[in-house]
Amino acid sequence: MIQVKELLTSDSFNKAYSSIFSILIGLLFGLIILAVSNPAQAGEGFIIILKGGFSTGAKGMGQVLYFATPLILTGLSVGFAFKTGLFNIGAPGQFIMGAFAAVYIGVKWTFLPAPWHWIVALIGAALIGGLWALIPGLLKAYLNVHEVIATIMMNYIGMYFANYLIKLTVYDSKKGLSMNTAETAVLPKGGLDYIFYNPLGSTKDMSTVNCGIWIAIAIAIIIYIILNRTTFGYELKACGFNPHASRYAGINDKRNVVLSMVIAGMLAGLGGGLLYLSGANGRHIKVVDVLAMEGFNGIPVALLGLSNPIGIIFAAIFVSYITQGGNYLQTLNFVPEIIDIIIACIIYFSAFSLIFRKLLPNLIKFIKKRKSGKTENAAEIKEADTVQAGKDGGEQ
Amino acid sequence: MQILFLVFQQTMFFSIPLLIVALGGVFTERSGVTNIALDGMMIMGAFTSIFFINQMGDTMSGQSLLLIAILIAVATGTVFSLFHAYAAVNLKADQIISGTALNMFAPAFAIFTARMIQENGVQQINFMNTFRIPSVPVLGDIPVIGGLFFQNAYITTYIGFVILILSVIVLYKTRFGLRLRACGEHPHAADSVGINVYRMRYAGVMISGALAGLGGLVFVIPTSTNFNATVSGYGFLALAVMIFGQWKPTRVLFAALFFGLMKTVASAYSVIPLLATSNIPSDIYKMIPFIATLIVLAFSSKSSQAPKAVGVPYDKGSR
Repeated sequence: MIQVKELLTSDSFNKAYSSIFSILIGLLFGLIILAVSNPAQAGEGFIIILKGGFSTGAKGMGQVLYFATPLILTGLSVGFAFKTGLFNIGAPGQFIMGAFAAVYIGVKWTFLPAPWHWIVALIGAALIGGLWALIPGLLKAYLNVHEVIATIMMNYIGMYFANYLIKLTVYDSKKGLSMNTAETAVLPKGGLDYIFYNPLGSTKDMSTVNCGIWIAIAIAIIIYIILNRTTFGYELKACGFNPHASRYAGINDKRNVVLSMVIAGMLAGLGGGLLYLSGANGRHIKVVDVLAMEGFNGIPVALLGLSNPIGIIFAAIFVSYITQGGNYLQTLNFVPEIIDIIIACIIYFSAFSLIFRKLLPNLIKFIKKRKSGKTENAAEIKEADTVQAGKDGGEQ
Repeated sequence: MQILFLVFQQTMFFSIPLLIVALGGVFTERSGVTNIALDGMMIMGAFTSIFFINQMGDTMSGQSLLLIAILIAVATGTVFSLFHAYAAVNLKADQIISGTALNMFAPAFAIFTARMIQENGVQQINFMNTFRIPSVPVLGDIPVIGGLFFQNAYITTYIGFVILILSVIVLYKTRFGLRLRACGEHPHAADSVGINVYRMRYAGVMISGALAGLGGLVFVIPTSTNFNATVSGYGFLALAVMIFGQWKPTRVLFAALFFGLMKTVASAYSVIPLLATSNIPSDIYKMIPFIATLIVLAFSSKSSQAPKAVGVPYDKGSR
């Protein structure tokens, strides 16, 4: 019983529980909007949202993972910067520049043999993404330019620059998209092709999911280890909490700001590489003057995952899951943007997490009080004493 | 000379919405609340007011319609900003989270609602632009100045300058302004002399919402004939202009004009004789405003004058 109580009042459980609470409120809000806009089909529509990727079977779930892959990376990018006290709103620019680098290497560097080709393309994506964040990092550390404004500017510069470079090098002018990459640059399936397909007669209707999701999860775990198990990560977090104290403790805070931005940029750039190296039936870069949504969606993913790398994996899969559900909503008379409204509500309510976090422990306390209050008044005081003692030394 | 007029008028179309929204940002940050939801508030303001123009376009036109639309935009922005104020002030929530949520909500809501209530089910809301003033009577005939300020103008341009003057007066010449700034610099000190920090911060956020809503409308009217649930990231640019202007209204004006001019050069280079003959692709031109801003910032940011308490929820109990 005590263990259960400890679990229920523990910090990490509380955080997860407040996120889940926000998700429930967000979904409820979505249901209300559905009911207001189209009462006849609201129930059916809500079930489609809940079924998410499952609506089209195993292939649908594969698509969920495919679209979750870049979200994990951009979420990590934003979350990592959050942990170190920076707000990286520049994931869209880093993402699209990384995507261009990957596609460029994938199309042009055909002299590379099979496994090396996509590996080099991914490394190229990460490096260019990191370079795109290096500039705001340097500006922040040495010239005191606010990282929010610098990364916003780099977003637009990156968007136009990527469009320019694509038109110059790897443009398929008939489709208005980037070209197909060489077969050797397409990410291998990594065993996922045995799971995520729908049988279509004798052939398979394949999902575009590939080993990118494994890479994304592996990177998330690496980031988790860096942040929580290394001196370097500790220094980065210390700078995030209090740059003055860290400088006093002998941490080079300027160097850490730059490094933290570069790592965040590399993550976002890698996300671009992983999304666009998925072969002919996967995504291609559209040459339009619109900032990459995958980059901006990293912000809600990071917030929903509480900037914890492991939490970000689940948050990204969740966001991708209900977004897929939203796409199937169009079979009814609904607009898929309802999903964005739901996610916005979830994030808004997750901002109230402090209140939710207090809610459950207070409830437990309240129930305990009621119980002890029934028996005797003295028992209540004793109870309070033992709780206090338990907090002090733990003799319970 | 005609080209100069054109460039100047075009610069106004880009600069004025930035100026208005960035001034809104000044108010909220000076009160101690970060508002990255300016973009979302612009979208909401533009959405309701453009929809109003779309509906009333048959029965009304010209300046009276525009003035009512302006009031609607202001009201929408104010109401929408209450969500941010409630989260940031009452619940002491993380202001970035709440702002991100509103930024995400606004375009989704605009698309969803437009597609649900418009008969043809499209997300674009079309409107007739009957608001351009070819030449202001008397003033438009003044040589040079008339061409610069009083021809091909919108009433919103003048409203923008009025808001600028009002902002300077309110922030620096009134009791309210002093209190607002105190809450952004040192809320505990303000509280200790009897200023209601919560109320001041509510005021700051609501003013920013009102101005952002107005800015959304002002941005859409001269540059387009329909509203497509986006303001092209102008809310974020306004945030940049505000930082660029060091949280001071007059400097914000110059920042907005600088950015607007760069943007005009980027979009209208083909009519500027010197630039039209060069063979530089349009994508490169489009990058100019952003690169120029970064460079200027790199040289001017050494001594940042951000309000001290911005982004920190006010907690009476903390030290």
